[in-house]
Amino acid sequence: MMSYIIRRILYAIPILIGVNILTFLLFFYVNTPDDIAKAQLGEKRVSQEAIEQWKQSKGYDKPILWNAEATGIQKLGDTIFFDKSIRMIFFDFGSSDSGRDINYDISQRMWPSLAIAIPTLLIGLTVNITIALMIVFFRGTAIDTWAVVFCVFLLSISSLFYIIGGQFFFSKMLHLVPISGYDTGASAIKFLILPIIIGVIGGIGGGVRWYRTLFIEEIEKDYVRTARAKGLKEITVLFRHILNNAMIPILTGVVVILPLLFMGSLLMESFFSIPGLGSYTIDGIQRQDFAIVRSMVYLGSVLYIIGLILTDISYTIVDPRVRLN
Amino acid sequence: MSIFTIQPVFLITDILLFLLVAIAVGYFCYARQHAHLVTPWKHLSKNSVAMGSAAILLAYLSIAVVDSIHFKLPSENYSKEDPHYQPEALSLLDVWLKPLRDKSEKSYSSPFASQLFTKESIEQKNGSTIWDYPSLRYGGVHLNEGQSKSADILIRSIPGVIKGLLLGALVLILLTLYHRKKSPQPLFYHMQQILKGQCSIQWRPFLFVSTGLFIISGIIIELSQVYHVFGTDKIGDSILYQSLKSIRTGILIGTLTTLVMLPFAIILGIAAGYFRGWIDDLIQYIYTTLNSIPSLLLIAAVMLMLQVHLNNNAEDYNSLLERADLRLLFLCMILSVTSWTGLCRYLRAESLKLREMDYIAAARTMGVSHISILSRHILPNVTHIVLITVILDFSGLVLAEAMLAYVQIGVDPTTESWGNMINSARLEMAREPAVWWSLTAAFTFMLILVLAANLFSDAVRDALDPRGQHYD
Repeated sequence: MMSYIIRRILYAIPILIGVNILTFLLFFYVNTPDDIAKAQLGEKRVSQEAIEQWKQSKGYDKPILWNAEATGIQKLGDTIFFDKSIRMIFFDFGSSDSGRDINYDISQRMWPSLAIAIPTLLIGLTVNITIALMIVFFRGTAIDTWAVVFCVFLLSISSLFYIIGGQFFFSKMLHLVPISGYDTGASAIKFLILPIIIGVIGGIGGGVRWYRTLFIEEIEKDYVRTARAKGLKEITVLFRHILNNAMIPILTGVVVILPLLFMGSLLMESFFSIPGLGSYTIDGIQRQDFAIVRSMVYLGSVLYIIGLILTDISYTIVDPRVRLN
Repeated sequence: MSIFTIQPVFLITDILLFLLVAIAVGYFCYARQHAHLVTPWKHLSKNSVAMGSAAILLAYLSIAVVDSIHFKLPSENYSKEDPHYQPEALSLLDVWLKPLRDKSEKSYSSPFASQLFTKESIEQKNGSTIWDYPSLRYGGVHLNEGQSKSADILIRSIPGVIKGLLLGALVLILLTLYHRKKSPQPLFYHMQQILKGQCSIQWRPFLFVSTGLFIISGIIIELSQVYHVFGTDKIGDSILYQSLKSIRTGILIGTLTTLVMLPFAIILGIAAGYFRGWIDDLIQYIYTTLNSIPSLLLIAAVMLMLQVHLNNNAEDYNSLLERADLRLLFLCMILSVTSWTGLCRYLRAESLKLREMDYIAAARTMGVSHISILSRHILPNVTHIVLITVILDFSGLVLAEAMLAYVQIGVDPTTESWGNMINSARLEMAREPAVWWSLTAAFTFMLILVLAANLFSDAVRDALDPRGQHYD
């Protein structure tokens, strides 16, 4: 077990290096720091001095890969590549283009993101699985057919509509909760309810349809017939036997996204002005803050790979038949 | 002005869209001659949901095609010796919708309104000013004092309904003639079969849905002569025009993205599965790396870089349209980078299985080269996976466009798209009273397309995927 985990982590290293090199090429070769400076300063004809000044203040004034003027190890060390990319591998993100410490911002903004993402995931999971099991209970009838059609309808609606419509209906017409904002401590709840509800509703279409297929596959297996033959109630069969056995595919889907919950939901957070990592990313994109976007790309990949490793590990815990080799 | 005095303009995305249509027609003709390829489509044509949504998809696609024929009209002082053209390239749809484009109001007006949405100070004939809703320049000006608007709308929509029904009848006649060619029964018999839904192909839902679309568009065409059917936006432009123009963007993003990624996904996927060894390792490494970057962030990073490039090299492009077009193409390309990995993985797994088959081993012992084994024995047997992916990805991509526009890394702000409409209108809901029509129109147009695509792709998956035999 231990050796398997270590091997998986070792496999992850070349992938992370790949991501790192890719972002480096994208941000420093496709467009040189000069181009970025021009775009940031906004004017068509920017003087070379202004560009140099901007580069110096952001730390982009060093040579990209090889510093011929430096001596010894500094030839490699005193470059943009070392400053920005090698440090990023060890999670030292440095400061953003507007001068703030990215590591500090991430540690602060992580919590509001989690405060939305975790309840949305848990409630969504419960709601989706319950509805899916109920649909499976009525399988083959008109209720089943129409429920599936309704799911397709729900998942055809843009997530923007759920957010805009939800804000309009719950906040503007019914005045139940504030439209947007955030607060610390217990008073944050009134700001969190609406995003969570909208997140759950927006996920119903896709979720229920997916879980229904899982359960339908499971229901044709022999152990289900045995359970029914023993005289168990259909409800017991569904919630005890089928749900337990469908746990493996459900877990794969959930565990893989668990680490990414840190990144928060981009749309939700920026519509509800919640100071999480999602809105941090969007702000970074909209203000063209390349340091932030670069850090988030790297962080996202790391979390995704952690998710994959966790999935493999969780297999062994849920299903003793799976041996990791 | 004759047809010869226009100057055709070919945008890259236009050419790709026509290429795509040509590929689809070519595949259709090819498949007709091969029984094993035709069978799943015959199965599909018996599915009424699939046929109904096909009618909607066809309608959207034809608008997109009409909107992809671009040209420049001759300018006022045009002469044979010295041809001058208007600087702005128009599409066939633009020319057809010219009345809609020209009838622009001052600002917001709600659907079917005859007055502006906001109050202004209006100068009376006697010189005094009052604070009231001014009348529109075009919307509802034909109405007399005290004439009921709803009665007028009702009367004006009747010709639209009739024209829609006539077009529907025309489709029915064409379908009947088509079946008459195949078997000698009388015309009336075939017509009855189609209407009863007992035909070999389920034409009935197709006919009903298309007639419905004809009637709705008939009504809208009649009413839009004198009203703004979907209202006007902040600068007084018709929402209906914007929604129709957005269809091309939506369709292009949904289809071109997959078209662009197909060569990579197919070549790499099949090569990985067939050759195994280090080639497999390398290709797997590439797609795991790309896959591990959250797609939205990768798109954002690339689009930011493109934006920087376009801003710094603005003078390289002849027109705004060309620049916007390039950006659209680039968006398709970068979306395809993030979406090809799934298909690649499927293809790899499938060719891993196929390469162990007896007929491939036989081909190999007979000394057939790798290239011909790949192209003649493996590729044809994975086409169903490719087709399913193309159709399955479509709706997700249309929805993604709207989201990207919100993050401002989508299509060019000057390109009409549902995402841009939603993005510019989302703050209008906070007004008191809310300006709801622009959002509603964009969401409705998008929902109809995505819903039709989703229903169609479900049916395609059932018909084409031998593994996906669902419980029904």
